Formats: sequence, structure tokens, C-alpha cells
Amino acid sequence: MDIFGIPIQAFMGQLMLGLVNGSFYAMLSLGLAVIFGLLGIVNFAHGALYMIGAYVAWIGMEKFGINYWFSLLLAPLIVGAIGVVIERTLLKHLYKIDPIYGLLLTFGLALIAEGVFRDQFGVSGQSYAVPDALAGATNLGFMVLPNYRAWVVFASLAVCLGTWFTIERTRLGAYLRAGTENPALVQAFGINVPVMVMLTYGAGAGLAALAGVLAAPVIQITPLMGSNLIIVVFAVVVIGGMGSILGSILTGLVLGLVEGLTKVFYPEASSIVVFVIMAIVLMIRPAGLFGKEK
Amino acid sequence: MSTATKTAAAAVPTSAAAAHAAADLAKYSRIGLWIGFAILLVAPFIGLYPVFMMTALCFAIFAVAFNLLLGFTGLLSFGHAAFLGAAAYVTGWLVRSAHLSPELGVLAGTVVAGLCGLVIGLIAIRRQGIYFAMVTLAMAQMIYFLFLQAPFTGGEDGLQGVPRGKLFGLLPLADDRVMYYVVLAVFVAVFLFVIRIVHSPYGQVLKAIRENEPRAVSLGYDVDRYKLLAFVLSTALAGLAGSMKTLVVGFATLTDAHWSLSGEVVLMTLLGGMGTFAGPVIGAFTIIGLQNFLADQVGSWINVIIGAIFVVCVVAFRRGFVGELIAWQKRRKSR
Repeated sequence: MDIFGIPIQAFMGQLMLGLVNGSFYAMLSLGLAVIFGLLGIVNFAHGALYMIGAYVAWIGMEKFGINYWFSLLLAPLIVGAIGVVIERTLLKHLYKIDPIYGLLLTFGLALIAEGVFRDQFGVSGQSYAVPDALAGATNLGFMVLPNYRAWVVFASLAVCLGTWFTIERTRLGAYLRAGTENPALVQAFGINVPVMVMLTYGAGAGLAALAGVLAAPVIQITPLMGSNLIIVVFAVVVIGGMGSILGSILTGLVLGLVEGLTKVFYPEASSIVVFVIMAIVLMIRPAGLFGKEK
Repeated sequence: MSTATKTAAAAVPTSAAAAHAAADLAKYSRIGLWIGFAILLVAPFIGLYPVFMMTALCFAIFAVAFNLLLGFTGLLSFGHAAFLGAAAYVTGWLVRSAHLSPELGVLAGTVVAGLCGLVIGLIAIRRQGIYFAMVTLAMAQMIYFLFLQAPFTGGEDGLQGVPRGKLFGLLPLADDRVMYYVVLAVFVAVFLFVIRIVHSPYGQVLKAIRENEPRAVSLGYDVDRYKLLAFVLSTALAGLAGSMKTLVVGFATLTDAHWSLSGEVVLMTLLGGMGTFAGPVIGAFTIIGLQNFLADQVGSWINVIIGAIFVVCVVAFRRGFVGELIAWQKRRKSR
């Protein structure tokens, strides 16, 4: 059976890969949006934090025999702690000045992280074995679905929706949203805004690290994997607009799928299709699909 | 940004003493500029390695062009390497494969970079502030991928062996000294051109946009058109830098269009002092010098050092060398 002259197996395979990439876009753009909302900083280091997450899992496995499931917990904690330190020592000096400085500072941090990992592990990719419980594939009749890819999509969707629920439906989330609107007023109501800001950055960093661990078995782990991804995620964020959480999750997934489809029909354009879509969206709806006009 | 970008020219005298201080400042900066120019003029004769000096001058052109946008218009483009890279490839291909003369190659590179700037500028000025940076970064990454796949760029290897040829069929650029003075002449022309722009009525509007965009709009200025023209000028000059660089080193590679170079030009401008005329030049020489000097000694740690300078600059040194100097001079006068 073919779809537009492409065997359905290959077609579904690429679509699934697109969905996996889309899950990473969704998780990373979600973290970027939450951090930007409260801190007013576009976190260029988000890609580097994602990269560190993957390396923590790999080092844990190679050096200490820590298994995948434990890494899923450990990497976000370690990277989240790094995030907290970064926020306390560096970012907190930047809240009152032009937001471009936040981008520049985190860009510098990304360069530092990449340089250190490059020196330690070289530029060639490391691979991470798929955990035993998720090895193999399931035959769905119309396609053979690798179990691990299904898990990645499921896990990141669960994390994204969990984040959405926390922010939109819980008391903590209400504080967070209020802090985004008017930090001074929230502070006046007795909520410790600096601590909230610190934990938000830590949580965003942890989210990036979690994406890194999830990605580790399906990609080559290299020091540059983060920055190459973060630029695409920036485009995703511009397309979706940072206004809505569900919006950024949806935009991430859909763009991943579109990229997968492009790989099937016109592979040469697959690396630029997201940027082309960004340009078109900017011409039609500058605030982004889910953004609010300001 | 408004606080960190006061220049000698932008300082508004509020009293006689302030006017006196401003005049002093103008005098000192004039002296500084002449000393710098004199050093550049005699550089080949005092043992400064010519290819290093030429490369640094090309990056100084790049940083000066970038500063027109960041320092004087308040727009952070995070994709300026794409324009330098585009011009580098166009000049390299035209001079090497189409055997065009160097001056036509450079002209074509500059024009192509400006046209790329026009297209990307039209898209990017639809968003303000931090989004502008993200859009330019993404569009530049798209250009990078196009170069990676395009047949004429030589992919990962780049365009190698671009001859320097003869300028106007007369001056043999293969001679490092001749090439140096041509690069220096171009640099001085760009430097003076940017000063002229900034001091023109048009430049004053750009500054108004930098300081308060809504007010510029309410004064009746078509802000988008002013921003777009600044973007095109800046990208065309960045292209000029890329074209000259290709002639100097004889190759154009993907590194020229990579986002890390876009970051470096931000750092050069920030480190030297954005919104000042000499700042980007000093920043460019510092960063290129550091890279040249440290490459043999620290290997891959150079990126860590660059990153650390970035962090220090943003946290504690936002005015940059020249900006700090101006601020110090003002403090001294006001005492």
C-alpha cells in the first residue's frame, strides 16, 4: 500500500520520527515560554541544559551503571540545581535591564557548557542504549512501531500536560501566573517572588534535562546537539507565540510532524521548513498563532 | 539599553560645565582616533603580522556595521554572520569560478548581502525587541542550511583557493602590503560613513527609535521604514566585510555563516562599547587577537573563554571599554 507513491511503512516511520522531534520541540518551547513569562529572559542556554541532561544520563550509565529510569529522575534534579545556581548568581542581576542582556548572558553560558563538554568528550557522537523494557517494536498492522519512540511521545505528552495542569489548574500555578502579570503585587500579598522565580528557572532547566534524557537513546549525543535544536525551537516559539501553554505544545508537535512529512516528500527542504513557516506566519500574523497582540 | 549607550555625540549638554566636559571628551576622542589611525597606517612597518591585521580589520568593519544596528538603532540582530557569509560565498565564487575582477566581486557580494538583508529585514521588523533577535537568528540558520546544501558553496569544504587578482586591473593585491592598504582604506571609508549616518538627521531618528519607539511613532515617523533601511545598510556593510575577508584569506567556508560568528560580533560590539564609534573596532581587535593568540595554547577552551567574557561583560561591564572610558572621563570632570 502506498501513499502518494511512498510505501506506507516508510511514510508512517517518518511521521513517527517527526512526532518524536515534535515532542522535544514541545517540551523545550514550553520551558522557554514559562521562563520567559516569569523572568523576561529568553534562555539561550536551554539547548545546553538539554545537552547536559543527555550527557548526565550517558555518564551515569557508562561510569556509574545508573540505569535509564533512575536517570530520568536524576538528570532533571542535577540540571535543575545547576539552573538554580545560575539564577541566583547571574540571572538575578538582569531583571531590571533590557531583556536582550538575558539572551546574551545565557548565550555565553551555552558557549561555556559546550566548550567544556567538547573538551571532555570530543565532537563525535556518543550513543545510549534503549532500555531493555522498551527495546523492540510492536507490529500495528500498517506499521512497525519501535516501542521506545512510542514511549518518548507518550512521556513528553504526559509531562507537557502535567505542566499545563500545574500552571493553569493549581494554586501554585495561579501564583506563577499572577507573578507573570505583576510581580510587585504578588510580593505584596506575601508570596516570596524571588524564590518562586528561582524555582521556575530550576524547573525549566529540569524540563530541558528531562527532554535530553528522553532524547539520549534516539539521537547521537554531542556537545552541539543543544544549540542546533534551540534555534529551531526559537522559530517554533515565534510561530506559536509565547502567550499560551497549550498553544506551544500543539505548535511543537505539529511542526515536528510537518518536518517529518517534508522529509518524506522533499528531503532537501526538511532542515529549513520550520524557518520558512516562521517567515510566512510573521507576514500574516506577527504575534504568532497563539500570541496576543501587544 | 538606553543607559549603556551614551556616546560623546549623544551626550546632551545641560549646563556650561557639561558643555565644557563634552568638548573635552570630543577632543580626547579625536586624539584617540588619530593615534589609532596612525598605528593602523604604519602597522605593516612595525612588524604586525599583515594577514592578522587584515582579518582583524575585516571583522572591525563587520562590528562597526553591526553597531549601526545594535548601538544606534537598538536592534539586536542575532544572525549577522549569514550576511557576512553570503557575501563571502558570492565574492569567492565570482572571483574564483567566474573570473570576475576583485572590485566587481566585492561589489556583488555587498549588494547580495544587502538584498538578503532587505528580505530578512522585511520579515524580522514585524516583531520587536527580543523576538527580533530570535527571528534573525532563525532566518540566518536557514541561510546557513541553504549554503550547506547549495552546489556552489562546496559544502563542508567551502570555497578554497580564491585568488586576490588585481584591483581595477592595476594594483596587485597578491602583495600583502597592497592588500593591507586597500582593506584599511575600505575600513576607514566604512568607519567615516557610519559616523556620517549617525550624525545625519536620519541617524537622529534612529536614535529616537532606540530611546523610545512608541514616541517616535507618535511623532509621525514611519518607524518600520527607518528600521528596515538601517538593517539593509548594516547587512550590506557586513557583506562588504565578508567579501574583503574572502579576498584576504582566499577562502569562504560555512564558519563564516555560522551562528557562533553572529554571537562573536555581538561580543565584539559589547566588549568594545556599543553605541560608541571606536568601541566595535577595539572589540574586534581584542577578540580576533585573543583567538589568534590563544588558539595554540588552549585549543578547544577558546569557546569557554569567549563564553566567560560574554558573561562578565553582561553582568559587570555593559558599557564596554570605550563606554567605561567615557563614563570615567565624565565622572572626573563632574568632580
